[in-house]
Amino acid sequence: MSRYRGNVEAVRNLIRETEVHRDVYIDDEVFQLEMEHLFGNTWVYVGHESQVPNEGDYYGTTIGTQPVLMVRHGDDTVRVLHNRCPHKGTRITTETYGNTGKFFRCPYHAWTFRTDGTLRAIPLAKGYECAKLEESHAGAGMNPVKHVHNYRGFVFAKLNDVGPGFEEFFGESLSSIDNMVDRSPVGRLQVAGGVLRYMHNCNWKMLVENQTDTCHPMVAHESSAGTAIKVWDNAPPGAKKPMAVEIYAPFVAPYDFFEKMGIRVWPNGHGHTGVHHSIHSNYSAIPGYFDKMVAAYGENRAKAILDENRHNTCYFPNLMVKGPIQLIRLFKPISANKTLVESFTFRLIDAPDLLLERTLVYNRLINAPTSVVGHDDLEVYERAQEGLKVDANQWVNVGRLYEPGEQTDITAESNGTTEWQMRNQFRAWSKFMALSM
Amino acid sequence: MAAPTNQELIDFVVREARLIDEHRLDEWLELFADDGIYWMPLEWGQTDPKLTASLMYEDKLLLTIRIERLKGNRTFSQKPRSRCHHVLQVPQVDKRDEPANEYLTYTPMHYVETRHDEQQLYAAWARHTLTVVDGKLKIKLKRVDLVNCDAAFGNIQLFM
Ligand code: FES
Ligand SMILES: [Fe+2]
Repeated sequence: MSRYRGNVEAVRNLIRETEVHRDVYIDDEVFQLEMEHLFGNTWVYVGHESQVPNEGDYYGTTIGTQPVLMVRHGDDTVRVLHNRCPHKGTRITTETYGNTGKFFRCPYHAWTFRTDGTLRAIPLAKGYECAKLEESHAGAGMNPVKHVHNYRGFVFAKLNDVGPGFEEFFGESLSSIDNMVDRSPVGRLQVAGGVLRYMHNCNWKMLVENQTDTCHPMVAHESSAGTAIKVWDNAPPGAKKPMAVEIYAPFVAPYDFFEKMGIRVWPNGHGHTGVHHSIHSNYSAIPGYFDKMVAAYGENRAKAILDENRHNTCYFPNLMVKGPIQLIRLFKPISANKTLVESFTFRLIDAPDLLLERTLVYNRLINAPTSVVGHDDLEVYERAQEGLKVDANQWVNVGRLYEPGEQTDITAESNGTTEWQMRNQFRAWSKFMALSM
Repeated sequence: MAAPTNQELIDFVVREARLIDEHRLDEWLELFADDGIYWMPLEWGQTDPKLTASLMYEDKLLLTIRIERLKGNRTFSQKPRSRCHHVLQVPQVDKRDEPANEYLTYTPMHYVETRHDEQQLYAAWARHTLTVVDGKLKIKLKRVDLVNCDAAFGNIQLFM
């Protein structure tokens, strides 16, 4: 029985001012509609151009559940193609990374395609003389994703024609990407260090919401960060605090710390924690780094770049950027109750290696399947995914610090423990779902 | 202790796995030298633990945090607790360097971790770098290479 397909009202009714219906997390049909509409109508992050540095380099990934590949074309631009042979559907590349040379060759019947997707040649072409191949879907080659935008190395794509343009969709929120890129003295980043992949048995939006959930760390992470502090308390007096303890400890800062850090919301579901300070604020200086930044940008600008401490920036729907520690997380939906989390780390070109080392320590301690902080979080998501089956209450509450008449699609700052950003995301969810239904 | 015999090295590796299976983690931690490291690479054939990500690269402080956390009353991801089980091949002594006081063993193994109704099987190669400190064998490095090190995993909460 189809309850939501073709019923835009029913979908809209899943989101109230301060509540979200459980079907948003557990219903298979809603998930399918998300893939078609939400992930179709919004600009979704594909990858970073440094993952395909040379002509013919490709990287395979997904937009929602659609397989795509990002490839460096002969004119040095980065293209995004649907990862499907136009002949019989065979996926063209199977390795995540590789180099295809000047063209892709399908492993099934050896049709070949240029790296912009156009058909180059097919064997035994004569046999197609009467089949009007040029006019068919097959003759068009591998379909390019039509709307692609490379913003300072970050490649985004939009599958559908409906929905806002790139600049309109992201607006001021791009300042978080700017800040991460500007942390390189030469303004360039490179994906480095390997990607951590973590499978979650829960809905992808639980992770997205959690990025600005500042009322959970001191509770959920008492086990990990709290224990780290306790263990470190036994260290001999005067011992130098290890990087690992610097990274763990702020996770159990008191409510007051999170209230004062602030949350900013932007139109279209984007927003970030850490307006004034964040859990990244008190890391030790990396020797030689500040001098390089001053040489590159001048003292004032260098300070301004490094004083920005945005913790989590959510790029709606599923990209999360942590500028001050140079990593991003991508929440890849697989089904209503399954999500692949990929954490990518960046080298700041021309900055000391120790920065990348710290980025990797953070990634390992916080985002790995072997990370105790990760265990804390996944445990509560999975419990939520289970608990939402309870029929007696079908609504999730996101009402913290709600004020009647709260505006939508504005830029605003608020107390750091507000759930405004979650509401902001769900209003955007509703808007982009409805756009093409 | 004079130089350990091969049999002593083998017995050490077998006992080490058994302590984990029996949840005797305080005793297990004692097996590490003060600067001992537990390493689980992320990359096939990984050589660099600092500028390449690892699943684990932990000194005694980080291992202590893990072990203390497992005991905690508010460690929700361990309610109920995970259990684990090792099946080892007979450890092979790959290298004996008595002057340097360093011994290398190689142990292919299967490791099972369970919690609730879920049971996960992992296949791995364990490489121990052992040394004698104050007459006792200690771990300088335990390196665990998963066969599918780059796969997407769910929670791995105990020690392989
Ligand atoms: S399916 Fe690709 S060439 Fe036939
Ligand atoms: Fe958390």
